[in-house]
Amino acid sequence: MKIKVNGEEVEFETELTVSELLEKEDVEMPDMVSVELNGEILDRKDFATQVVEDGGQVEFLYFMGGGTGHELYRRTA
Amino acid sequence: MNFTEEQLERYSRHIILQDVGVEGQIKLLESSILIIGTGGLGTPAAQFLAAVGVGKIGLVDADQVELSNLQRQVLHHTPDVGKLKVQSAKEKINSMNPDVEVKTYDYYLMSHNIKEVIREYDFVIDGTDNFPAKFLINDACVMEGKPLSHAGIIKFTGQTMTIVPEDDETPCYRCVFPEPPEPGVVPSCKEAGILGVMGGVIGTIQATEAIKYLLDKGELLTGTLLSYDALDMEFRKINLNCNDNCGVCSDDPEITELIDYEQGACEL
Ligand SMILES: [Zn+2]
Repeated sequence: MKIKVNGEEVEFETELTVSELLEKEDVEMPDMVSVELNGEILDRKDFATQVVEDGGQVEFLYFMGGGTGHELYRRTA
Repeated sequence: MNFTEEQLERYSRHIILQDVGVEGQIKLLESSILIIGTGGLGTPAAQFLAAVGVGKIGLVDADQVELSNLQRQVLHHTPDVGKLKVQSAKEKINSMNPDVEVKTYDYYLMSHNIKEVIREYDFVIDGTDNFPAKFLINDACVMEGKPLSHAGIIKFTGQTMTIVPEDDETPCYRCVFPEPPEPGVVPSCKEAGILGVMGGVIGTIQATEAIKYLLDKGELLTGTLLSYDALDMEFRKINLNCNDNCGVCSDDPEITELIDYEQGACEL
């Protein structure tokens, strides 16, 4: 099947989940990525089960700060 | 308002420009823009907004100029090291264009004070370097109905999007990035580094969006993430839709009060 990842066509033998795609595409820090599938932003907890079908359009959108690196945050109590 | 001889000359290239003209220049002179963060993104944005004659510019930054800032933060010069960034930027703007009133805020915006500051301005530019600030600014702008240019830069890449909350079709930052990254997922706190020109490119695009919004001209980067890769010299526009589950801009938002996220400790 053929899908588009960040605008580029990629071919896979079978359908795969978003988690598998992140791995196959060697995304360095998958937890720093938001995923848009066919125009919809996916819930992070669905990455493992959401299947990308033939013709799917996937965008990996990266968290970007202002140049001081990837910081780490938590919600305050 | 009537232009002085000096203003007619200073803004002559705008005045002859169709879609700006006398009317547009007056609009700019009567407008106000808040720039949060006077660093890599904020300084190039500020310098062009000052040059074009935006009447009032607010600058927010609690930091002082460091030598390592000068590689990319173009309003700060070598003698400014140690000076408050907002003061350094204000001096350059005053010298560049006396038509511009500069208001400085030398403290961090948090949940308790951000709304009253952004209310004073027509448009907000996010030039911050961290996620707690980016989420806070987005949420405050959505709640206050204030238009915003969001941006991020790292290494050789950058991205920006424009959010106009009064337009229901416009997704916000949280529509795309629902929550800041979870604690423990970021492998290293090592600085990633950044090419000195990245803020110049993206910050100037943010200034362009602000000017277009004020003049009501052209197509804004609403519903669009503009992504820039300097190594491939490639710009891509990624279409974004509103997220029905967005925590802050959906019909029944989960977040009704601003959140002060904290920067977690480095674990490595
Ligand atoms: Zn939203």
